[in-house]
Amino acid sequence: MSDFSTNYISIYFSALLFNEVKYINTLGDLQNIENALKGKTNIAFSYVRAIGTPEHRAVMEAAFVYGTTYQFVLTTEIAILESIGTEDIEYAHFYFFHCKPVSDLTQQCRRTLMEQPLTTLNIHRFIKTMEAPLLTEVAEDPQQVSTVHLQLGLPLVFIVSRQATYEADRTTAEWVAWRLLGKAGVLLLLRDSLEVDIPEHANVIFKRAEEGMPVEFLVLHDIDLIISRVESNTHMKETQEYEDNDMEGPDMDIQDDEVAETVYRDRKRQLPLELTVELTEETFNATVTASDSLVLFYAGWQAVSMAFLQSYVDVAVKLKGTSTLLLTRVNCADWSYVCTKQNVTDFPVVKMYKEGENPVSYAGMLGTEELLKFIQLNRISCPVNITSVQGAEEFLSGELYKDLITYSRVSVLGLFSPTMTTAKEEFTEAGKHLKGCVITGVYSEEDVLILSDKHAVTLPALLLARHQEGKIESIPLANAHVQDIVQIITNALLETFPEITVENLPTYLRLKKPLLILFSDGSINPQHKKAILTLVKEKHLDSLTPCWLNIKNTPVGRGILQVYFDALPPLPLLVVVNLHSGGQVFAFPSDQAVSEQNLLLWLKKVEAGLESPITILPAQEWKPPLPAYDFLSMMDAAASQHPPKKIPECMKETDVQENDGEQPEEKSAIRNEPTGTLRIKHWSRSNWFGEAKKSFAYDNKEL
Amino acid sequence: MGLSAAAPLWGPLGLLLTVALHPALSLRSARAWAPRHHRDYCVLGAGPAGLQMAYFLQRAGRDYVVFERAPGPGSFFTRFPRHRKLLSINKRYTGKANAEFNLRHDWNSLLSHDPQLLFRHYSSAYFPDAGDMVRYLRDFADKLGLPVLYNTTIAHVTLNKDRRAWNGHYFILTDQKGQAYQCSVLLVATGLSVPNQVDFPGSEYVDGYESVSVDPEDFVGQNVLILGRGNSAFETAENILGVTNFIHMLSRSRVRLSWATHYVGDLRAINNGLLDTYQLKSLDGLLESDLTDLAIVKDRQGKFHITLKFFLEENNQSADAITLPQDESDNFAMRVAYDRVIRCLGWNFNFSIFSKSLRLSSGGEFSKKYPLVRASYESKGSRGLFVLGTASHSVDYRKSAGGFIHGFRYTVRAVHRLLEQRHHDVPWPSTQHPITQLASAIIRRVNEASGLYQMFSVLADVVLLKENATAFEYLEEFPMRMLAQLESITGRQARHGLFVINMEYGKNFSGPDKDVFFYDRSVGHTEDAWQSNFLHPVIYYYRHLPTEQEVRFRPADWPLPRPTAIHHIVEDFLTDWTAPVGHILPLRRFLENCLDTDLRSFYAESCFLFALTRQKLPPFCQQGYLRTQGLMGTESLRQHGVESGLLRDYAAVGWRPGDSGQQPGSQGPGRQPLAPGPPIQHFDGNKEEL
Repeated sequence: MSDFSTNYISIYFSALLFNEVKYINTLGDLQNIENALKGKTNIAFSYVRAIGTPEHRAVMEAAFVYGTTYQFVLTTEIAILESIGTEDIEYAHFYFFHCKPVSDLTQQCRRTLMEQPLTTLNIHRFIKTMEAPLLTEVAEDPQQVSTVHLQLGLPLVFIVSRQATYEADRTTAEWVAWRLLGKAGVLLLLRDSLEVDIPEHANVIFKRAEEGMPVEFLVLHDIDLIISRVESNTHMKETQEYEDNDMEGPDMDIQDDEVAETVYRDRKRQLPLELTVELTEETFNATVTASDSLVLFYAGWQAVSMAFLQSYVDVAVKLKGTSTLLLTRVNCADWSYVCTKQNVTDFPVVKMYKEGENPVSYAGMLGTEELLKFIQLNRISCPVNITSVQGAEEFLSGELYKDLITYSRVSVLGLFSPTMTTAKEEFTEAGKHLKGCVITGVYSEEDVLILSDKHAVTLPALLLARHQEGKIESIPLANAHVQDIVQIITNALLETFPEITVENLPTYLRLKKPLLILFSDGSINPQHKKAILTLVKEKHLDSLTPCWLNIKNTPVGRGILQVYFDALPPLPLLVVVNLHSGGQVFAFPSDQAVSEQNLLLWLKKVEAGLESPITILPAQEWKPPLPAYDFLSMMDAAASQHPPKKIPECMKETDVQENDGEQPEEKSAIRNEPTGTLRIKHWSRSNWFGEAKKSFAYDNKEL
Repeated sequence: MGLSAAAPLWGPLGLLLTVALHPALSLRSARAWAPRHHRDYCVLGAGPAGLQMAYFLQRAGRDYVVFERAPGPGSFFTRFPRHRKLLSINKRYTGKANAEFNLRHDWNSLLSHDPQLLFRHYSSAYFPDAGDMVRYLRDFADKLGLPVLYNTTIAHVTLNKDRRAWNGHYFILTDQKGQAYQCSVLLVATGLSVPNQVDFPGSEYVDGYESVSVDPEDFVGQNVLILGRGNSAFETAENILGVTNFIHMLSRSRVRLSWATHYVGDLRAINNGLLDTYQLKSLDGLLESDLTDLAIVKDRQGKFHITLKFFLEENNQSADAITLPQDESDNFAMRVAYDRVIRCLGWNFNFSIFSKSLRLSSGGEFSKKYPLVRASYESKGSRGLFVLGTASHSVDYRKSAGGFIHGFRYTVRAVHRLLEQRHHDVPWPSTQHPITQLASAIIRRVNEASGLYQMFSVLADVVLLKENATAFEYLEEFPMRMLAQLESITGRQARHGLFVINMEYGKNFSGPDKDVFFYDRSVGHTEDAWQSNFLHPVIYYYRHLPTEQEVRFRPADWPLPRPTAIHHIVEDFLTDWTAPVGHILPLRRFLENCLDTDLRSFYAESCFLFALTRQKLPPFCQQGYLRTQGLMGTESLRQHGVESGLLRDYAAVGWRPGDSGQQPGSQGPGRQPLAPGPPIQHFDGNKEEL
């Protein structure tokens, strides 16, 4: 894909478009096409002053995308435009001819003129509104209603109707809808069945495209007032944009960081902060030395740490009155030096301070459950020193820490004879590393042989008690160092066929193997589970990480399936996702039963390259979502007395970094800008096009 | 400043005597060669700058000594300012707990780890008394146990070449008793100790600021002429304004008001009572003329007349016969006779103790009163000689605060950091962060850092990017004009690009003739941030470390060479740059576009989705979620996310098998709010046509 040259694309591209776009010279040509397409296809007719102008390019780009859906007709003859009654002819016009609904050949196709300047984005936006239903009937809270118009930055107009006047209202609404086509979305709102409060006399509701704006309830007795309302609104917006130097495209001032936005929207909620102790420069040392404390270091202005503060407070609520551990917090925006002294320079950080021990940083997920687990498992020392065989048996059976085994599905007991001091130290050290993750214990009494004999293992050794399965494994530990022991225990914590969740996926991704995922709506079918476990046992799945995902527990799984499948077959679904090399996704045929044989056969075919992937995950780099203000050019412009340019073209030649990114064709396209072939100017504005080109290139390779 | 203070009444003659004595002194010190004490670091002067340096040397455990000719520290303040009111503000309340931030409004404290050694514990006055400063400095030296040799006047400093020395030479200091000290590094913190005198005929009739009476009674019913237009001139005028007939002030250039120039050394509003009475037609007045053209003539009644030097040279006449300007132009402004003329022309650095071999020359860009130093405060003439404190102000004279305690406490620290790297292999302190913390690290500093705020456009923070921009190092308060030498000065590597974080006033905002109160002076829109006028953060991005040439030939009025990209955080009335959309969002976009990556933060669920639907993850997910440190979020946050459209409520997604693939993860790379799904179907069609 990557060796696709720009030129190849553009040559190929023009050849393709040659058939898509009809060039016409006379009004007669236009009428012929119009007549031929009545009842069949809508027409996208455009006038451009000359071939090769930016407007021409914009039309061609649109034709590339929509050419199979609409007949694109292009002219450079101004006379044609005059004859269809256009006034104020400037350098370009774009019309949409609604020919498809026309059944009577004598009837003319309705025409809608695009009023915005001819750019790729505007055409795209315009066509999208042409595709949208002319009039939609709704019976829900207008504040909640969203249509394609809002996404395109256009307002919505609701005509409020009652059962009694429905017919007349609908006629009015349709009429308004035609007038506002391409400028706003028009909906008919049936208020009778509506629970939301609408002012008694309001007959029109106006909803702006800007997020967070309340809907306006209006009383308008003249249809023209509705139209002018919308037009003045768009006009206002346009003049604003013009004032802002013709800024087109997305608004850089709109928050697109989900954490920042959600924290901001939640800013007025009162958190029960009183359940955590706020520490200051004066109280910090005294507090953390006086009692075992958990400290959250955060910064009031940093969204991520404020989001986590909520989980932290949730933990405090859950632990209220049950824990000896003091939950505290330091706002580093206020107590900067305290944080620096504690070596905290990033936010958020959680540290546990215990008497006589070095503070331990929490390294788990920033969420309530995981932090709770860390706190609970920290109640016991790590490892716990067991002093009797009976104690060891209770430890292994889970009796000893009954209330903790929900947080640690495995208990690890190190067995050493009293003379094995080094091995024991290594284990103890490893235990400290795993503090808060797993329950560990150590047994090194004289009678340790009772245990090692019972579990048939030579000393030094580990006993792993899996509480859920009620199984105890034994692992010899000869010459293992701290890191080895940590590794052994961490691996032991992994399950052979886990239910994958948001929390545990990272631990399984570390294995760097392709995932074999069974998507299930609810709990897993026991037969499927059995089939996979059998394959695991027979070592057929060693090169994969088999797991399953419960859509009910992890609803985001739906989002994943929507990426994998164009049309979604019923669940359960089995897929192999090759995340780490290539990104291919293979789907187990949904018409086959999930049996050992079928699965094995299919996996072999996948492995042999005989199956074709249902999709390939994009390998795109994460680029800036939007451009930044180019203050440097604004300053230059001011210095040279030229009007400043507000938005930079995203990647200037000098901005192209040396990494070999994913879209060399796009970059080279930008570099060659002046040569005048069809190109993308702003990737951020016409990403839809970039995506299209990519899949296009891929298709071509296959041919 | 320290050296000056023991001086009794400086008369012009006294000064001349001192200067004349110097050749003799140097001869004597050359003879007194014998036992020599060695110190790695010698600090000259126990004023604020000397003590500040001593503190850092002490904390680093270095071999050093401080010389002070007075019996105690800060002796300048025992006498000056004459009217005892310090112009440096002692703001004890800011409404904030952040101690670093509060230093922004504490212009008197030195830096130390001891919160008791803050000036607010020494005075409750907003403009404190100079006596409190003396008391504060004494406590600072005593409580921290700084070794100062008091009553030790270094009379002569010379250079002794020695290949074993750190800098290829030692500095040899000789005190008044002939005792010699050998120093590897010399830190000169002697302040400006010599009153500035302009030589013109009649200058002997002039009272100096340093010795003129401060008792208003002595000026009752007098016509007073004050030479100079700085704070000492106005301070002197203020004191006698109510008892004189009138006061005229004469200086070469127009008055510079600090609130117009944003330079604390210019005339402060607290002293400008005379401007008020002048403009309100109360007989007082300001005049501009070059003093070197003037002459003062004393008549028989002992009154003083102003004339031009030019007339005196014409003919050698008796006092009464000398031509006065009013003889030719009868409305000459200064045609009245004065009872008194007072000189308030500021201070000069005392060059006299430094031997020629040190090549410590005078003459900065604007003024000859300071020794010439590099932007690293090292003398241009001899390596290893650094000028600290007020005397180091040539670097930012009339620009920033380097001549004042609240500024030079930071430049002294910068010099100390440089020395630690140069002689002890201790690299410039820095913190390491993952790239996802970049905006956060910058926001933290611009909101609290005092060094950046006081020493705007002189000291700047530097972010050094690591390979592939996955991590960065943060260095604080680096002398920005030394940027080209950053690697050798700091011992840190700058191979993968860097950001420089500076604070700046608007380019054409400050100046003696500027109206800083013009309507619409403040900028509120993020896209106009570059036009911000008040002090605001500016971030420069360089793909490569600039060269010395580039720094030297930087554009006029620019503190740094032209960067690859620049960002201004819009000025803020509260100097609180933490607004999510107004301040942080544009900064993130800037950083993202410089680094060509996506620096947004994501909840764990989004990272989970990306991890299973994309081959690459955004840095936040890579550095957080994938390392099992994802941000889980809470239900109420998720609700907000769904309402904002940034998160999808998958639980509520209609579940019809056969649903056509909607584009998920609308936050994907290159996402734009209006992005529709890629029209893949169309291309299947195209394929067939091929």
